[in-house]
Amino acid sequence: MGTIHEMELIDSAARAQQALDGELGGERMILNMGPSHPSTHGVFRLVLELDGEEISNCWPEIGYLHRGDEKIAENMTWTQFIPYTDRLDYLAPLANNVAYAYAVEKLCGITVPPRCQHIRVVCAELARISSHLLGIGAMSMDLGALTVFLYTFQQREKIYDLAELLCGARFTTSYTRIGGLANDMPADFIPMCRKFIADLPATIDEVDKLLTRNKIFVERNRDVAVLSRADAIDFGATGPILRGSGVEWDIRKARPYGGYENFQFDIPTGTVGDCMDRYLVRMEEMRQSLRILQQALDTMPGGEWNAPEAKIVLPEKKAVLTKMEELIHHFINVTQGINAPAGEVYFSAENPKGELGFYIISKGGGTPHRLKIRAPSFVNLQLVPLLAKGHMVADMVAILGSLDFVMGECDR
Amino acid sequence: MTLPQAIEKLQTHFAAAVSAPVEFRGEFTVTVNREQIAAVCAFLKAECDFAMLVDLSGVDNYGTDPRYAVVYELCSLTDRSHLRLKVSVPEDDLLVDSVTGVWRTADWHEREAFDMFGIRFRNHPNLKRILMWDGYPYHPLRKDFPLAGLPAELPATAIEAGQVQTASMNGGPFVTAPGARTAARREPRQSDTALDRQDNKGTN
Repeated sequence: MGTIHEMELIDSAARAQQALDGELGGERMILNMGPSHPSTHGVFRLVLELDGEEISNCWPEIGYLHRGDEKIAENMTWTQFIPYTDRLDYLAPLANNVAYAYAVEKLCGITVPPRCQHIRVVCAELARISSHLLGIGAMSMDLGALTVFLYTFQQREKIYDLAELLCGARFTTSYTRIGGLANDMPADFIPMCRKFIADLPATIDEVDKLLTRNKIFVERNRDVAVLSRADAIDFGATGPILRGSGVEWDIRKARPYGGYENFQFDIPTGTVGDCMDRYLVRMEEMRQSLRILQQALDTMPGGEWNAPEAKIVLPEKKAVLTKMEELIHHFINVTQGINAPAGEVYFSAENPKGELGFYIISKGGGTPHRLKIRAPSFVNLQLVPLLAKGHMVADMVAILGSLDFVMGECDR
Repeated sequence: MTLPQAIEKLQTHFAAAVSAPVEFRGEFTVTVNREQIAAVCAFLKAECDFAMLVDLSGVDNYGTDPRYAVVYELCSLTDRSHLRLKVSVPEDDLLVDSVTGVWRTADWHEREAFDMFGIRFRNHPNLKRILMWDGYPYHPLRKDFPLAGLPAELPATAIEAGQVQTASMNGGPFVTAPGARTAARREPRQSDTALDRQDNKGTN
């Protein structure tokens, strides 16, 4: 009892004086999110400085998943590096395979046959849908809508089945080769993919119904972490984040590669640049990807799937065992690597997370002199302090979800 | 403005500081004097519409002089052109002007180039390691750094380094004293040892 009386004895003037002296206010709390917080999509540490519940400053710390991919690349042949690209954005390995293959092909100055281009478009778009399904599922789960995650994961499972049919692996696909593909698309892929295309819109609509006008979801995302057009460009943001801020920039349209100029699709853009817009852009991109997939399957050309470049593309195994010429090419290509010309190229592809670029310096010979990976997640994560300041701790989850990054490619 | 126009404009404005463009596979590379890089970047952004710095990477050309280079990939969103700038950095003076003042995205890219190659950027707001930890003694992407790595001490944990002080248990992890006058006394933490000492002095 005595203590309670004592508390009441402090009158308001004394309290105000205390506040002025900094005894009550002014205490900043440092809070660690991570290194392995479940909502952080990988090992990523975020140090937050809090004023009450408001984030007054924040410092992202990355590098926990650094494996030295660029160093490794300098010490192996061009083809040997393909499995490492699976492990960049490991939620969309097929898209990374495609981007890397095009980059080395640009350096070598070769083009792949139309059938190969079409199959690669199918791969990249399936990867985009897979990545966005996870991005939206994880974002909504972090915000408390657990059901959506289960619906989207059911569909992702079907994409894994398709990948398995295509190349034997579900997750670490390594499907492309320099100048072609590991193998042709099997005959039963197209009907199975058509079934997936027919089934997915129902799931997207379901997610749409669950989230897009869900009061809780909207209130946690609308006007949260608004990224202006100018800031987005200045910070080098790409992908759904840049488009969410209203910039109509998609490399598939801006600098078409791999036959994307032959496909009809739209680029969705946002108007506000908040978390909600980034979510809406991803939703629409999945629908557009379905359009591309439909066209790619309808117009799938026949013929060869590997470029007719004996000194670059690995020959068929059957021929290696029976023919002298093929045996020699196989031996040289595997032991010494492709003899790429000297020069430097930058190739970038529109990946699910944004612009995945490969800057390659070749001094000639079988290995790169320097291979820089321009990872979209690395660049996009730099936005976190800008977006987080002034928001509540709970908003941080929505911000991270809407940035949809993956540490495998950020840390490389 | 098309890319040839932009390059021509750049050359007339910085005649002495930029080289003739080199073309390979449809991409243009311009080598820029090290002293002028920040000015050239600011000019290209303001006058030639190169609104976006897409990428910045360090390069080690071990065995040649100058040994290092920094490469900038610029992108124009209006006419979709791409331009590459290159700066040579000698081994005995690893210093380049930062372009964080031109594009804020350069911040992390430059930190990475510093971390991996040891190239320092003048006027960078926060030039410290980004992928490796603070206090790591090497720059791993240098050509004379072995692929297998070199042994190095792991960083101290926050507690070992004294950045974080563990709370004194005071009889349990969640001890509270409801009704105490201040928050520090209601939820006794590390600072209480000092408070206790004060109290002890008061009662003695």
